[in-house]
Amino acid sequence: MANPAFPRPDMSGPQPVAAAKVTADAVEAKPLLRTSGGETSDRVFRSAITVCGLAVLGVLGLIVYELVVRSELSWHAFGFKFFTSSEWDPVNEQFGALPFVYGTLVSSLVALIIAVPLSIGVAVFTTEMCPKKLRGPLSFFVELLAAIPSVIYGLWAFFVLVPLLSEYVEPFLSKTFGWTGLFTGPMYGIGMLAAGIILAIMIIPIISSITREVLMVVPQNQREAALALGATRWEMIRTAVLRNARAGIVGGIILGLGRALGETMAVTMVIGNRPEIAKSLFAPGHTMASVLATEFSEATGDTYLSALIEIGLALFMVTIIVNALARLLVWTVTRGQPARGHV
Amino acid sequence: MSDMAAVAATTVVPPISLRRRVTDHVMTGAAVLTVFLVLAPLVAIFGYLVYRGVGSISWSFLTQTPKPVGEPGGGMANAIVGSVMILAIASVIGVPFGIGAGIYLAEFGRNRLGSVIRFTADVLNGVPSIVIGIVGYAIVVLAQHHFSALAGGVALSIMMVPTICRTTEEMLLLVPQALREAAYGLGVPRWRTTLSIVLRSATSGVITGIMLSFARIAGETAPLLFTTLGNQFWNLRYDQPTAALPLQIYVYANSPYDDWHRQAWAGSFVLILLIVSSVAAVRYVVRRGSFGGAA
Repeated sequence: MANPAFPRPDMSGPQPVAAAKVTADAVEAKPLLRTSGGETSDRVFRSAITVCGLAVLGVLGLIVYELVVRSELSWHAFGFKFFTSSEWDPVNEQFGALPFVYGTLVSSLVALIIAVPLSIGVAVFTTEMCPKKLRGPLSFFVELLAAIPSVIYGLWAFFVLVPLLSEYVEPFLSKTFGWTGLFTGPMYGIGMLAAGIILAIMIIPIISSITREVLMVVPQNQREAALALGATRWEMIRTAVLRNARAGIVGGIILGLGRALGETMAVTMVIGNRPEIAKSLFAPGHTMASVLATEFSEATGDTYLSALIEIGLALFMVTIIVNALARLLVWTVTRGQPARGHV
Repeated sequence: MSDMAAVAATTVVPPISLRRRVTDHVMTGAAVLTVFLVLAPLVAIFGYLVYRGVGSISWSFLTQTPKPVGEPGGGMANAIVGSVMILAIASVIGVPFGIGAGIYLAEFGRNRLGSVIRFTADVLNGVPSIVIGIVGYAIVVLAQHHFSALAGGVALSIMMVPTICRTTEEMLLLVPQALREAAYGLGVPRWRTTLSIVLRSATSGVITGIMLSFARIAGETAPLLFTTLGNQFWNLRYDQPTAALPLQIYVYANSPYDDWHRQAWAGSFVLILLIVSSVAAVRYVVRRGSFGGAA
């Protein structure tokens, strides 16, 4: 074991990876360092800090425990039928969550279809094309989108986006693509499409910042090699940059999906809040998160509350899986790199 | 890569075909277009917010409580104060735990447990805020038997911890190892080194992390819906239902009254100002203060 009393030049420095190794060494060499009898206070400090660390695990455990215990009633009453039935009737205490699951999936899918090309385009532009001076401000502005509270997105969507949709966008879509069946029916502006668009705006900063991070990790010599072989800039980006960063970009997309699945306020304000399954994107819908937002505080009766909490549990599990998957994918690409700001 | 052999054999670079050049330009144009498409909503939202917000804000909005339904006038003073109170509760609980967990990860977390906690924090970051609201409801509201500012504060504090924890860890890891070694060399105990040397050097970065999480929870509405519930009147007690700015915006936006819509815009404007100014103020104090900083 290296002795920290004789620092080697390669042991210090700002690289977190190197620093981490040294910390491990220092722990083992502790007896050398204990000269001032700080053992008791050190032990107290260490336990206090460990408690804080364990609290993070505790919180996750608490979330799981509360959700599972409090949704038991609904689970026993409806079993797996809960997720296949589309009957949502609080008066007769019949609960089926299918319309909400459907609404969550469809609105998130619409959001991804819009957000993915835009986010990747922005990320590619900031890392590969734009002048260096513009790079900082541009990513700052895109990430500013992430700082706007969800309820303000909802407010804007309700008063600006929805009228715009019902007057211009939806008539156009209905005329051009009406034959697909996806864009038919009354054009109120409020509905799945509005929810998908506002979700897209909200997840763009996440996907584009992760993609940017991943693209920056691609070694410079890959780009140089492609260019040296006679590739144009776009061919270089396609073959050397995007292909190398594939896994990380997918991770970013899944992370965005995780956010879209759980997003509540903005969606609640524009989706129409009706538990129906309709093919048309103009039709109103309901999502797992929005039904919690609108009905939870008014839920009367234990079964009703329990059914809502079961929806919360399902939402929680889906986002946990989606997020864990995304983290793993991003890690495989950026591994060994200093971690940067995460959303 | 058969082109490579061809290039090597002739040692003459063949001219780039028209199709490839056009594709290159088209894709560059497409990338520029995406930037405009992404920035357009940002400009639209901020522009509209300022336009509607500034026009709707008034002295009475900032000093009065809501009028009964349908009656014009009144304001959101109670909601502004309520939000500040809830955020204070959340910060008092969330910040120490977040920093503590971050210190654990940076200084003692190079083991299996550390990795598990790190991963958990990242996953916790992705839990939908509405689900955290349910947990706040289950552990505080059901125990107290009524809605309260405390329940909202607890829910929001749960959302603060993962962000603060991970940024604190990152910032502490940026502090040069030599600083720690120097302190140990002088016989400073480990806890003292961590708090007075390592944490101190990383202060500005750690505070940036705190502000990041603060900005994130300040606008959160979903976890407050069934924890603090909202209130039409003044409330300064931690254990009573309390008005909060984001909640009030939501309720007013859903109402059919023009005057309430105006107030919702004014409220949004105040909320954004509250977030931006608190972040700016703390940054200013940190910059001016004696804390240098590795970050």
